[in-house]
Amino acid sequence: MTKTVTDVICPFCGTLCDDLEVVVSDDGKELHEVYNACAIGAEKFLHSQAKDRITRPRMRQEDGTWKEISYDEAVEYTARMLADAKKPLMYGWSSTNCEAQSIGSEIGEAVGAVMDNTATVCHGTSLIAVQDIGIPSCTLGEVKNRADRILFWGCNPAHAHPRHMSRYSIFPRGFFTGKGHKGRKVIVVDPRPTDTASLADIHLQIEQGHDYELLDALRVAFKGEKLPDFVGGIPKEKIYEVAETLKSGRFAIIFFGMGVTQSIGKNHNIDEAIAVTRDLNEYTKAAIMPMRGHYNVTGSGQVWGWQFGFPFAVDLSRGFARYNPGETTSNDLLRRDEVDAVFVLGSDPGAHFPFSSVKKIYDRPSVAIDPHETPTTEVCKVHVPVAFVGVEVGGCAYRMDNVPIETRKVVEPPEGMMTDEEFLQRVLARVKEIKGV
Amino acid sequence: MAEYLIKNGFVFDPVLGIRGDKADIAIKDGKIVETTAVKSPKVIDAAGKTVMAGGVDIHAHVAGPKVNVGRNFRPEDKLFGYKPKSGIERMQGGFSVPTTIRTGYNYARMGYTTVMEAAMPPLYARHTHEEMRDTPILDQGAYPVFGNNWFVLEYLKNHEIENTAAYIAWLLRATKGYAVKVVNPGGTEAWGWGLNCENVHDPVPYFDITPAQIIKGLIEANEYLGLPHSMHMHANNLGNPGNYTTTLDSFRLSEGIKPNSKFGRDQVMHHTHVQFHSYGGDSWANVDSRAKEIMDYVNSHDNITIDMGQVTLDETTTMTADGPFEHHLTELNHLKWANVDVELETGSGVVPYVYSPGIKVCAIQWCIGLELALLAKDPMRIFMTTDHPNAGPFIRYPRIMKWLMSQDARNQQFDAFKHKDKVIEATNLAGIDRELGLYEIAQMTRAGPAKSLGLAHMYGGLAPGLEADVAVFDFNPNEPYAPDDIEKAFSSAEHLFKTGVQVIVDHEIASNGNKRTLWVNAKVNENPQVMRDVKEKFLRYYTVTLNNYEVAGHHYVPNPYVIEVDATQ
Repeated sequence: MTKTVTDVICPFCGTLCDDLEVVVSDDGKELHEVYNACAIGAEKFLHSQAKDRITRPRMRQEDGTWKEISYDEAVEYTARMLADAKKPLMYGWSSTNCEAQSIGSEIGEAVGAVMDNTATVCHGTSLIAVQDIGIPSCTLGEVKNRADRILFWGCNPAHAHPRHMSRYSIFPRGFFTGKGHKGRKVIVVDPRPTDTASLADIHLQIEQGHDYELLDALRVAFKGEKLPDFVGGIPKEKIYEVAETLKSGRFAIIFFGMGVTQSIGKNHNIDEAIAVTRDLNEYTKAAIMPMRGHYNVTGSGQVWGWQFGFPFAVDLSRGFARYNPGETTSNDLLRRDEVDAVFVLGSDPGAHFPFSSVKKIYDRPSVAIDPHETPTTEVCKVHVPVAFVGVEVGGCAYRMDNVPIETRKVVEPPEGMMTDEEFLQRVLARVKEIKGV
Repeated sequence: MAEYLIKNGFVFDPVLGIRGDKADIAIKDGKIVETTAVKSPKVIDAAGKTVMAGGVDIHAHVAGPKVNVGRNFRPEDKLFGYKPKSGIERMQGGFSVPTTIRTGYNYARMGYTTVMEAAMPPLYARHTHEEMRDTPILDQGAYPVFGNNWFVLEYLKNHEIENTAAYIAWLLRATKGYAVKVVNPGGTEAWGWGLNCENVHDPVPYFDITPAQIIKGLIEANEYLGLPHSMHMHANNLGNPGNYTTTLDSFRLSEGIKPNSKFGRDQVMHHTHVQFHSYGGDSWANVDSRAKEIMDYVNSHDNITIDMGQVTLDETTTMTADGPFEHHLTELNHLKWANVDVELETGSGVVPYVYSPGIKVCAIQWCIGLELALLAKDPMRIFMTTDHPNAGPFIRYPRIMKWLMSQDARNQQFDAFKHKDKVIEATNLAGIDRELGLYEIAQMTRAGPAKSLGLAHMYGGLAPGLEADVAVFDFNPNEPYAPDDIEKAFSSAEHLFKTGVQVIVDHEIASNGNKRTLWVNAKVNENPQVMRDVKEKFLRYYTVTLNNYEVAGHHYVPNPYVIEVDATQ
């Protein structure tokens, strides 16, 4: 016999779809089917069933081979490493729940760590822009119920957030949007002809690296002022047309992704995109929202916000919180040799950081907490496998619009496996013993 | 639990009617008890000091999504005054929007033990609870917002009070909320289209209802349920010259309605931060104080309570569910603007602000708040707040005490204003020589708010049976003192007890306490129509499923204190 668990939350991306149905065995130990999820989300659930899954902590030996160790030994190594370090980096946090993030903060405070999350290489620039200029935004339900002008800038939800368009942005029929996609105008700004662009009413195939100019041009066009013949490769007539389309809507929303946060201009691009949104509010209603990647990267920014006052790159090494992106951000610290130990949980810098940074992780005492084998676990000294949050343990996660949702446990983890929260609790207790507090 | 005897202090307690007489206060098992009930107590010598109940803040923005936007988007708010971890105290930062940890400690230092979060967007209830959980020491509750909620708009359009009440009961349970909050009724929904409702008869776009209908209907639904607190109101037209007429129109909607509550309150409407709602004139050039007109109404109608919203002349961070107001404000000061509209429920905005003594309007606002308190005939019905952090950070409460208690202190401030003469002309404050005493302060900060919240059976006084929330201040009211001595003494309690636990010893935080979350569980008769409507709306218009909406689980509300209400009769 099997049973179906409904209203399951997908712990893959910032869309945090909460309508999944998962079929599990009667004893709750095996996961059979996942319905309603996108291909990536379904794979995340099914992957927890991998037969070759690593279920016990392991330590790298001098000859490069792995030796299985107990959780007790893993806790001891981690606590010692963090307590002995002058300035450890505690990185990641985006694929775990807020409860684990909160305990992580307490450890970071006790050992004087630098706390950083994956925003450091994706939407950190957006967070900096928000500090400059603010952000007029809304929840995704406002988009579903009201928005008739949808602008995707430097993002490709068809591949990265596969259900975004059907749940919230293009296709759904909402309270004031009964015609669904027929009542919406979709604009895509992207140098590539993506699958998202193929759905657009207007695709502005901008020259790479000219986002700031085009955003600025839109602000000029809103006011009906003169433009040069081409901006970023887009003819001015097209720009006036887009400006008019946005102004004539009842509710416009701009979604933006790493194509604009991590290209030339970085946070200045987002400053300008937010300014476009502010300007639009003079004519109609408009909002803007970052397409956050990991399912709970937003949550770690929230937890650190209320505990420390900063959303990422929080340096606690002097006993109080300092924040200065460019100085207190992970890659800058690693490449300047400023951290002497690396703790990674809930992300994979081994796959996404520049090689020069990854090499620094390899050179230092390092621990990776991750249910999977990843490029990061392969460069760290100790790998601690844990239960999958959102599959084998519940907990709070924040969607890309900052709405908190309680993820659900659907199956039992393999016997004897710890959760992030349990492991961190043990490390915190041991750190306090070592530090005598 | 340990027993304590606080001996020989000058006690100020409106509940027992003690006006500064020497008295002993005994604590046992977390409650205040008769002094004969303690056997071998630890004795605190309070001779020459002031003893009061723990302070109760009826309205502050201290936890939740917009507060955290304020923290995260203002690194400059943390430039100075970051405090490292020390002993049992965790790291603390922030001035106008402090971290949760500093929030708990700073309230405790002022002798406060209970603080209500004044606006919780229901969809973000989990976030609000997570922040309250991480705020040490204080007992807290949060008010979910109802004034722009689609269910409420649709029920009240047809004056369906019973259905509105059933929905309120359901939402309080789902969000673990405490009271019915209303912010710019109808106006925030209109803001979904970039519009607003500026007076009580402006129609709400699409919904075919007016703010007046929403306000009156929610008062009636609140009394139908008999909730501990009354409807908690932030009226339309906040912060605009000439808005006092809108405020009076809103007040009048409560006329003829009697409280129906077993929790001892006398009001059916609490109107918050009234300073922002008491402006005359028709532009910023001729804005003036209408505190007198407002207080004439409040003084003659005993079914209303209000709080001040006192401007403290600081740089701060404004934040409110009044989305259109914050847009208006950013147009005014051109500083950064954050906004979040929340599907089917509410909206919000955040904008930094500087209340400068060099700006005439800011000085007029400062006068108006003080006038409200000084013109009050019954200090049990007007409470001290700054609408933290909107008119100023809550850490300024002792400074407000100084202004209320000393005409000299007020005159000093007048002399520091750039446009002193114009300010005096536009306000009444310079002509008011009233100086409040500590007994009246205890009414405005303890007994009054506790009663208005329906929590007089727990907080606000020192009578046996109440929670043992007691503050001892190093202040001798019988010796001569300078105005600044008031601010200094009440900024740093010498001792503080929270439900019988001593959390401050000799001005130092000694315990993180055992904080509780207060919420109201109202039982109503089964209402299949409302439950069908809830299912329908979640299926069609929300972006979370109904089964993922309710705040449940130990990690959000680890130490709940549930107040049960039975409205099934």
